Amino acid sequence: MAAETKQGLSPQDLPPPGLAVRRLVHPWRWVAGAVVIAVLALLVRAFAKGQIRWPIVGEFLAADVIVKGFGWTLLLTFAALALGILLGFVFGVMRLSANPVLRFAAWLYVWIFRGTPVLLQLLIWFNIALVFPRLYIPGLVDVKMVEVMTPLVAAVLGLGMNEGSYLTEAVRGGILSVDRGQVEAAHTLGMTPGQTMRRIMLPQTMRLILPVLGNSAVGMLKFTSLAATIAMPEMLNAAQRIYFINGAVIELLFVCAIWYLAGTTLLSIGQYYLERHFGRSAGGRA
Amino acid sequence: MTVAVRTVGVRKAFSGHEVLKGIDLEVSYGEVLCILGPSGSGKSTLLRCINHLEMPDSGYAWVDGQIIGYELRGKALHELPVRRLRAQQSQLGMVFQHFNLFAHRTVIGNVIEGPMLVRGQTREAATKRGMELLDMVGMAAKAEAWPSQLSGGQKQRVAIARALAMEPRVMLFDEPTSALDPELVGEVLEVMKRLAAAGTTMIVVTHEIGFAREVADRVVVMIDGEIREAGPAAQVLANPSDPRVRTFLGRVLA
Ligand SMILES: Nc1ncnc2c1ncn2[C@@H]1O[C@H](COP(=O)(O)OP(=O)(O)OP(=O)(O)O)[C@@H](O)[C@H]1O
Ligand SMILES: [Mg+2]
Repeated sequence: MAAETKQGLSPQDLPPPGLAVRRLVHPWRWVAGAVVIAVLALLVRAFAKGQIRWPIVGEFLAADVIVKGFGWTLLLTFAALALGILLGFVFGVMRLSANPVLRFAAWLYVWIFRGTPVLLQLLIWFNIALVFPRLYIPGLVDVKMVEVMTPLVAAVLGLGMNEGSYLTEAVRGGILSVDRGQVEAAHTLGMTPGQTMRRIMLPQTMRLILPVLGNSAVGMLKFTSLAATIAMPEMLNAAQRIYFINGAVIELLFVCAIWYLAGTTLLSIGQYYLERHFGRSAGGRA
Repeated sequence: MTVAVRTVGVRKAFSGHEVLKGIDLEVSYGEVLCILGPSGSGKSTLLRCINHLEMPDSGYAWVDGQIIGYELRGKALHELPVRRLRAQQSQLGMVFQHFNLFAHRTVIGNVIEGPMLVRGQTREAATKRGMELLDMVGMAAKAEAWPSQLSGGQKQRVAIARALAMEPRVMLFDEPTSALDPELVGEVLEVMKRLAAAGTTMIVVTHEIGFAREVADRVVVMIDGEIREAGPAAQVLANPSDPRVRTFLGRVLA
């Protein structure tokens, strides 16, 4: 006994409870923080003193053309995302079909649209009239392709179908990770395959792929800028048309950056609330 | 006694391994049949063949006047279209070892899903009946809880209420208490005893010998895909004639 306590405090020397506790100081945290703040300050200073005419940025931030362009950007984002989600669910379900032909068709879709650059797809849709001069469906439509394939339509198709190919894989993974036991329970209650899919599998898939959808939305908002190349009057295109005239290149690009940041921030907030809504059922034990 | 369920020569193999070697079983209305047997003897597979979650390789189950999964035409059994199969399956309440509650539905949501979707009941009617059933299994207070907030025993009682909501002719239980902590087993068995007392026709796969002795009208013991012993609970459990059954019961009763 005596041997064990020789080097340490012996029981009768122990201090009373309630002593003040001095927390460990972390000097390197302060140093690292200071360094980063200094670098940030230098960066801010550099941009403030740099050759940017900030008043012009301010002036164009709320300019009609830019705001309208941002409106187009948003419209394009939501339209392409909606198309992508729709296709993602359709092909994602097809990927798991018992019918090998449907499975193959879905695989083919993913293979093509995920395997080629989205910019290339945009250009192909925009120029599709070179392949099919007329859009002709017997008894339904017969029009010139160039009249149908406006920049907006080409952009929605290009971005939407590309997004759909990614979401197909996400939906497929989501469906696969829904518990088989719940599917069997649905069957024993008498639910048809369609009812089981709609009421049991897809809602749970939805929750699983919401983070993916959130990233898709943020990504889509940014990818719409690619549509500037096919003369779609979205925000970047509008900014380019202005700076070709007034030469304020960097100022207008900064204006765009601010709007994109505002958009992606809002989307992230929306994602948070959506995930909270769909995550209700995952709540902890009461 | 009127026969409620009869299996006729049910055989099932998984990749060459014969799991059910021709099972003939009979259950009357109001009867409780317990199926005992060692792990891997084919008890779950038998239940799943009865409600056609698995398609038997040969043989069939007949329940309440219908052959499950088939229509007898001429000399052949024609596989039913999935809608008609589901209609039959909804007559067979199934309670799983792992509860299988719908994770995205509340407790009452789980119970009313089938009646609303399959039976076309209104939400009000389904909820009214659902609350009665939840009350019966002692879960009415948790009607708005999510499955993730329940204990295993509570989940299983909700699963029983969900199956009962379809007003099935027969209830099938596949080891309903095997996934539960020992102190939660009793509350589930209590509900099952109440169902038995109310005259529910039940086929129960279980390892709870005490439950079998107390509640079962008849007991069958399955070993290696065959029924090796069948009869009144007291007789089968007290002096089984088959030596392998004696070994098995000796082990579980010890
Ligand atoms: N879907 C399946 N695919 C392949 N083999 C299976 C499948 N289902 C069951 N089996 C096999 O069939 C045999 C019987 O399984 P079953 O689940 O019916 O046994 P059990 O009597 O219910 O056992 P336990 O008491 O462990 O639940 C086992 O060897 C199992 O591995
Ligand atoms: Mg089993």
